[in-house]
Amino acid sequence: MFKAQISRILPTLATLLMVAGLSACSNIEPWVKPYERDRLADPIMFLDADPVSSAYIYHVYEAREGARGGEGTAGGGCGCN
Amino acid sequence: MNPCLKRYLTIVASLGVSQAGIAGVLPDDRSDILYHQYIGGGVEIDGPSILMRKSIGKSFSVVANYYVDMVSSASIDVITTASPYTEERTQYSLAADYLRGNTMMSVGITSSEESDFDSSTYNLSISQDMFGDLTTLTLSYAYGDDTVRRADDPGFFRDNTRQHYGIGVTQILTRNLISVLNFEVITDEGFLNNPYRSVRYLDAGSAVGYSFEPELYPHTRTSTAIGIRAKYYLPYRAALEAQYRFYMDTWDINGNTVSIAYTHPWREFIFTAKYRWHDQTGAHFFRDIFPRFEATNFRGRDKELSPLTSQTVNFSVAYEFLSDGMGFLDKGTVNFSLDHLMIDYKEFRDISTGAALGDEPFYHLDANVLQLFVSFWY
Repeated sequence: MFKAQISRILPTLATLLMVAGLSACSNIEPWVKPYERDRLADPIMFLDADPVSSAYIYHVYEAREGARGGEGTAGGGCGCN
Repeated sequence: MNPCLKRYLTIVASLGVSQAGIAGVLPDDRSDILYHQYIGGGVEIDGPSILMRKSIGKSFSVVANYYVDMVSSASIDVITTASPYTEERTQYSLAADYLRGNTMMSVGITSSEESDFDSSTYNLSISQDMFGDLTTLTLSYAYGDDTVRRADDPGFFRDNTRQHYGIGVTQILTRNLISVLNFEVITDEGFLNNPYRSVRYLDAGSAVGYSFEPELYPHTRTSTAIGIRAKYYLPYRAALEAQYRFYMDTWDINGNTVSIAYTHPWREFIFTAKYRWHDQTGAHFFRDIFPRFEATNFRGRDKELSPLTSQTVNFSVAYEFLSDGMGFLDKGTVNFSLDHLMIDYKEFRDISTGAALGDEPFYHLDANVLQLFVSFWY
């Protein structure tokens, strides 16, 4: 009986938590404001300043070692352009 | 070069071309003309890499890359079991990015050709800026299809396929600190070993005590890599970057990679120094010498599959010119980069020394990697 009640409540609870979580996401205030990103926009802070060069050196590492992947950039940036 | 590796390099190239942007902003219009040179271990590889990127309107950007490896090889593998050779590998990449709001969608194709290996890779990715542009989430997928041949056997054809799945998160943590988390899974299926390379086995009938037989790899491989990277802006306008990667695959290669870099600007120059350390275990089917002919189901003697420790020291400098622009150009840079690689192989022995069986020293590789390039923004 108790287990049946729990099994009915759990999906509802999970849905409520998910909705609450998503609502919270929409209210996240960026803790680093756009006008505070000048340092991150400095060329010395670029994660992949020269893609043609970084692609080549990863090429060399992959050729000389048995491991692969996980070292490049994720495609993101500082969002400050 | 290992066919499995060649396929991965094509993936690296295709993803590198298509993922260079920021999700909410199209990548800068730029062109790069690079000369690369690798010298070490009896191998010389050099050639150009030319990249051009141009936006079309406010929502599209296209990028093309032409890359060449001109190889002259008398490596330890080659001088002990084959003859020195030269070959050329040419690679073309084309990719397009489409920006809509805070979402960037990218597609690309890379094609690589050489005398005994052809490769095609198709990739797509989507990036989304969120949480006030503090976070960028990137999902990527690539599919590759290759053909392996033998230069000395016109009837030899083997196929490979691979799939590459990636998730990346770039996160601004503070006004001075940005970080990246990467998770990549790559699966290969097909003919994964080098069609030319041999393994050695004990042979009492041979004058040197051993003979050679072709290597034989498993037909599947799945690897997982998790990388984390952080870059910090120092108070006096300099940057410190640290990176760690954990790697594992179904061939029992486990690896740890750490690097640290320091970037310091001075007038129109930007100097960077970097140290990278990589350590890995060996593949379960790697042996420097097998106890007998066809001793195991799978066998390999590729030194890159041996347990090894690799260290790299890098120095690079970029000089910016035309800072105020000229004509249609916004600015340009001239760049120099030199990497020195030092690799200690822990089970792969140097049989070229002529030492008695079992007394051969472990192989050590020193290599210099030079890059010279100019870049223009417009």
